[in-house]
Amino acid sequence: MSVGAGLGAAPAAPARRSGSGGSSGPGRQSGSGRTLRRAEARAGLALISPTVVIVVVMVVLPIIWTVLLAFQRLRLLNLRNAGLFDNFTLANFANVFGSSAFWANLATTLAYSVFGTAAAIGVGLVAALALRRRFRFRGLVRAAMLLPYVAPIVAVTFAWKTMLSPQFGVANHWGTRLLGWDEPIAFLSQRSSEVSILGWQFGVPTALLTVIAFEAWRSFPFAFLFLTARLQAVPITLEEAATVDGATLSQRFRYVVFPQLLPTIAVLAVLRFIWTFNSFDDIYLLTGGGAGTEVISVSVFNSLTARGDIGGAAAQALVLAAILAVLIGLYLWRLAPREEQS
Amino acid sequence: MTGTQVSPPRSVRPDPAPARRRWSRDDVENRVFAVLRVVVIVGLLIVTLFPFYYTALLSVRPLDRVLQDPGALWVGPGEWDLGSYSRVLAPSASGGQGFLVFMGNSALVALGTVALTLLIALPGAYAVSRLQFFGRRQVSVLFLAVYLFPNILLAVPLFVFFTRIGLRGSLVGLVIVYVSQIVAVSIYMLRNYFDTVPVSLEEAAAIDGCSRLGIMRRISIPLAIPAIVANALFVFMIAWNEFLFALLFLIEDRDRWTVSLGLSQLAGSIEIPTTVLMAGSVIVTIPIIAIFFASERLLTEGLTAGAEKG
Repeated sequence: MSVGAGLGAAPAAPARRSGSGGSSGPGRQSGSGRTLRRAEARAGLALISPTVVIVVVMVVLPIIWTVLLAFQRLRLLNLRNAGLFDNFTLANFANVFGSSAFWANLATTLAYSVFGTAAAIGVGLVAALALRRRFRFRGLVRAAMLLPYVAPIVAVTFAWKTMLSPQFGVANHWGTRLLGWDEPIAFLSQRSSEVSILGWQFGVPTALLTVIAFEAWRSFPFAFLFLTARLQAVPITLEEAATVDGATLSQRFRYVVFPQLLPTIAVLAVLRFIWTFNSFDDIYLLTGGGAGTEVISVSVFNSLTARGDIGGAAAQALVLAAILAVLIGLYLWRLAPREEQS
Repeated sequence: MTGTQVSPPRSVRPDPAPARRRWSRDDVENRVFAVLRVVVIVGLLIVTLFPFYYTALLSVRPLDRVLQDPGALWVGPGEWDLGSYSRVLAPSASGGQGFLVFMGNSALVALGTVALTLLIALPGAYAVSRLQFFGRRQVSVLFLAVYLFPNILLAVPLFVFFTRIGLRGSLVGLVIVYVSQIVAVSIYMLRNYFDTVPVSLEEAAAIDGCSRLGIMRRISIPLAIPAIVANALFVFMIAWNEFLFALLFLIEDRDRWTVSLGLSQLAGSIEIPTTVLMAGSVIVTIPIIAIFFASERLLTEGLTAGAEKG
C-alpha cells in the first residue's frame, strides 16, 4: 500500500530530526523523582509497545524473511512443505543479474523515477508560484489541485486509460480531428513511435512517456502543497528590498525566492524519488508492465503471481531495496551536509 | 517563473519612471507573467479536473452514444441515463456488478483500519510526545525505515506468511497489514499535535491526583480531538484507496473484493461496458472527494506543519 503516496508521510524525514528530544513530560522537572522517572519510562514502553509489536511482526520480520526467501529456491507450489531455512542458494541472484530483462527493467525504473520526480516537482513549483498571490476562489482552486493526489488510484488510472484509448478515447478523437494526427495513438500499448520534427526522424518511447506524464499529473499536488507552505514562510521584506533595488520579477525569483525554496525542493526530490522508484500501482494499472514500462516492482509482482517464483521475486525486491538504499546513501553523503548549512 | 507577483505595497515601490523608456524590462516581465499566470492557472485546472469530469460524463451516457460520438464534452441533463449506476451496484446474481458488496467490504476494511490504528497509535503518539523512555529515538528511526523499503518487498513475505496461516483472503488479515503500514504516519501526525498541547494542563491534573491513564483519557485525548478526527479521515482515505495488498490477498474470492480491487479487475473484462465501469469509478471516488473537501483544511494544515523546516 502506498502509504508513502499518502499525504501524511511527507514531513517525516525533515521534521523528525529536529523534533525528538524537545518535549518534556509532566514528571521530569520534579528533579528528585528517580522512581517517577522510572515509572514514566515504564509507562512509555507500555504505551508504545503495541505499535512496536505490530511494526516488528508485520514489517521488520517480513523484511528479514525476504532476505531468507531470496536465497531459497522456493515456488508457490511447494510452499506448504518448505522449511524456513532450507537449501540456501545463490541461484536467484544469478538469474536476476544474468537476465537482460532485469537490466532493461532497472533502466526503465530509473528513467521513470527520475523524469517522473522532476516533472512532478516542476509542475508543482509552477502551480505554487501561480497561486501565490491571492485571488477570488483561490482556496477552491488549491483544493481542486490536490484532487489527483487523493483520488483512488484505480479510478484515476481507469479514467486515463479510457481517455487515451485508441478506439473511443477522447484524446485520440480530438487529436486526429484537431491536431492532425494521421491515426490514433495507442498511448499505453505502443512501445515506441516514430516522430518527425523538422525533418528529423526519431523514436519516442510512447508508453513510458505516458506513464511519466501520469506520474507528474498524479503527484504534482504533493510538491505543490509543500512548496506553497514554504512560499508562505518566505519573508516579503527581502523581495521588497530587491524590488527597490530594481530587480525584475524573474530576477527576484531567481535570486531571492528560488534559493529559499531549494532545501524544500531537495527534500521533495528525495521523497518523490523514493516513492516513484518503489511505486507499483500506477504502472500496473495503466499498462500492466507492457510496452516497455515494466518497472522492477511490477516485475516482482509478476514473478510472484504469474510464475509463482517466490525466490526470484524476493531476490528482485531485495535488489530493488538495495539500489534504493545505495542511491539514498549517496544522496545523503553528497548533499545533506550542504543542506544543513543553508 | 509564472506569477511570482510579489506585489509590494504600492507606496514602497519607486515610480517606474516611464519618461525615459516606455518599456522597461520590469514592465515587460510584469505584463508577460501576469498573462502567463492566468494561462497557467486555467491550464492546470483543466488538466487536473478533466479526468474527473470525463469520468462523470461517461457514467451518465449510454454506451452506444459514447461509441457514436466519443468526443462529446457536454451532455444536457435531458440525455442523462443513470442506468449504469443501477447496473454497477446491483448484485451479480441479478446481472449487475455487485459494487454494493464491494463497497461494504471496503467500508469494513477502512473503518476497521481506522479503529485499530487509532487504538494503537494514540497511546504510542502520547508516549513519544510526552514520556521519556528508553528507545524513544530508536522507535522513530524504526518507523522511518519502514518508508524506505518498497511495499513490494513486503508483498512477497506477507503473501507467503498469510497463505501459510490461512488468513490470506480474509478481510481481517488485510486490516492488520494496513494498520502496520499506517500506524507510523499516524503516530507522527498525532505526536505533532500532542506537542502543541500545553504540558501545564497535564501537570495540573497530575497534582490533582490524576493517574497517567486518567490524564490521557480526561485531558490529552479530548484536547486532541481535531487531530484525531483529521487522522481518522486520513487513514480512512488510505485504506479505501489501497490496491496492492487487496490485490494480493483478496483476488481469489469475488465476494471479498474491495471496491478498488473490483474496479481494477472488472476494467480488464471486455463484456462490461466502459460506461458501467465509469459509474463504478464515480462511486469509488465520491466518498474520498467528500471526505477531502470536508476536511481539507484540517488535513493540509496538519500535514504541512513540518514542511517549513525543510
